[in-house]
Amino acid sequence: MSTPAVTASANAREAGSVRTVLRWAVPVAVLLLVVPWIVPPYTAILLTYGLVMAIGALGFNLLLGYTGLLSFGHSAYFGVGAYVVALMVKYLGVGSMELFLFGAIIGSVIVTAVFGWVCVRYTRIFFSILTLALSQVLWSLAFKFFWVTGGTDGLRVPTPSLLVGLVTGQGDKTDFMSHAYYHYVLVVFFAAVALMWVIVNSPFGKALQAIRDNETRAEFVGVQIWRYRFVAFLVSGVFTGLAGALWVPLNGLTTPDIIHWSFSGEIVFMTVLGGFRSFAGPIVGAVVFNYLKTYAVGYTVYWQLLLGAVLVALVLSLPTGIVGTAGRLAARWKKVS
Amino acid sequence: MSLLVTKNLVKYFGDTHAVDHVDFTVKEREVLALIGSNGAGKTTLVNLISGLFPPDSGQILFRGQDVTHESVHGRISAGIARSFQLVNLFDQLSALDNVALTIFSREGKTRKLASLASADHAVWDEALEILRLFGLEGKAQMLAGGVSQGERKLLDVAIAYALRPKLLFLDEPTSGVSTREKTPIMDTVTSVVRSRGISAAIIEHDMDVVFNYSDRIVAMHQGAILADGTPDEIRRNEAVTTTLIGTTGPR
Ligand SMILES: Nc1ncnc2c1ncn2[C@@H]1O[C@H](COP(=O)(O)OP(=O)(O)OP(=O)(O)O)[C@@H](O)[C@H]1O
Ligand SMILES: [Mg+2]
Repeated sequence: MSTPAVTASANAREAGSVRTVLRWAVPVAVLLLVVPWIVPPYTAILLTYGLVMAIGALGFNLLLGYTGLLSFGHSAYFGVGAYVVALMVKYLGVGSMELFLFGAIIGSVIVTAVFGWVCVRYTRIFFSILTLALSQVLWSLAFKFFWVTGGTDGLRVPTPSLLVGLVTGQGDKTDFMSHAYYHYVLVVFFAAVALMWVIVNSPFGKALQAIRDNETRAEFVGVQIWRYRFVAFLVSGVFTGLAGALWVPLNGLTTPDIIHWSFSGEIVFMTVLGGFRSFAGPIVGAVVFNYLKTYAVGYTVYWQLLLGAVLVALVLSLPTGIVGTAGRLAARWKKVS
Repeated sequence: MSLLVTKNLVKYFGDTHAVDHVDFTVKEREVLALIGSNGAGKTTLVNLISGLFPPDSGQILFRGQDVTHESVHGRISAGIARSFQLVNLFDQLSALDNVALTIFSREGKTRKLASLASADHAVWDEALEILRLFGLEGKAQMLAGGVSQGERKLLDVAIAYALRPKLLFLDEPTSGVSTREKTPIMDTVTSVVRSRGISAAIIEHDMDVVFNYSDRIVAMHQGAILADGTPDEIRRNEAVTTTLIGTTGPR
């Protein structure tokens, strides 16, 4: 059945895709590795925030871009990651980043499993509203149980120790965050990107895209859509929870603000800004959004207004996002030359 | 031996008696044509058997098993597959991906999330082979949403075929396809059905196609079965010729 020609083309396709990705990924990875030595610490720390948000947005986009579900409650999983870390500090006196990540994964698996079980029965606007409502429940809990969560004051998180205590943040905090912690986040980021890339290109990832494109037909080729949506929801939430855990030592403090739905809106926005139709879209969108937001905040007290206006303009002028538009320009340029 | 039997199957939509106490059978290894004028209830019958929605009453037996309340997934595993009158494809995936995903699903491989789909050569070889069978190999890399209406129809059939069913329902596989292309499509479909030893039930309006390719014909009218017989018997059946062939005819 398999003629040599068929096999050859299949081989070429696989080698092609992996090779194209590496041609992009390797130079970007090398550049990211040396960033702390070529930019000021402040810029490196900003980029750390961007990479953390990129992990969260990557998780979010497994649902939006690949499964066709717009979650408006991803702040919940980000918040779970952050609060699990803060509570581990407060009640268990833990200071190891590895334990933080482990705890955040367990915590977000539990919360996403419960939320996902409820939400994946619905699609479109019903799904969005339900995810939003559930995240607001969590937000109000963080508010009301102030003796546990610190209420609006939030909970402080000191500088953690990395690599089972091999690296500790005793010295200058800025130096620690812009070098050791930056590289720590970068490695987790690489792992998260690689893992997500495999997931979306796996047979499972194809099934998600089939559900996104045509739910009825997906069912009629034997895909049990609820189950697949549920697993996608779980993976998505855990990625975002992991981002929350990486974010909280960087910020030094977690408050209920990060569970509020407006933060979910930011996750949606950065993903759409970067382009939810492409794998790299949420990554680029998260980093760019983070810079835009920081400069807008520094520039004016009306930063939300300014940022909103800039983002609406960007999304209107680049409907396929930054990555989609860049890809189209590159293709046109290649054709011309 | 009957592959599929429905007993007293009923589906009403309000006042519309879409399927009205139907006893329908498909035998093993046969190509059956299901005919009837617009609104006769052909698609509804297939929707009931394939599990798109449940019947109001009645029973569906497949290979002796009661599948009346079986899930869609369960029916597909049992060997019932269908194509759609109104094309249902994964529009943002390539034609090749559409078929490959179906094979992954058939093989239970869509549960794998830690391996690359592209590494499974057997699946891609088979997917390409199926596209070739339906004359679609030239469109393999095109998005399903971007090929012509006739090709979309074929791809819809190819997906159902890729499930390797024991009973394949095709809902108007040649509608929207040019007359010149109908013959190769029907040749392909019937030859694979016969060589695999499976059965096909094909809803078709084109009477030339119906008489040329089927072993048996079932005619429906207003939700009920009007006639059931060989092409010769149906050709001589007066009820059919007056209600159906006279009014519909080859398109
Ligand atoms: N989901 C539905 N809701 C309400 N009425 C329906 C539905 N599906 C079908 N009907 C009605 O049931 C009757 C039978 O429709 P069906 O689609 O089964 O006919 P058909 O024989 O396939 O016709 P055609 O040759 O036009 O495809 C029609 O009167 C149709 O309007
Ligand atoms: Mg019909």
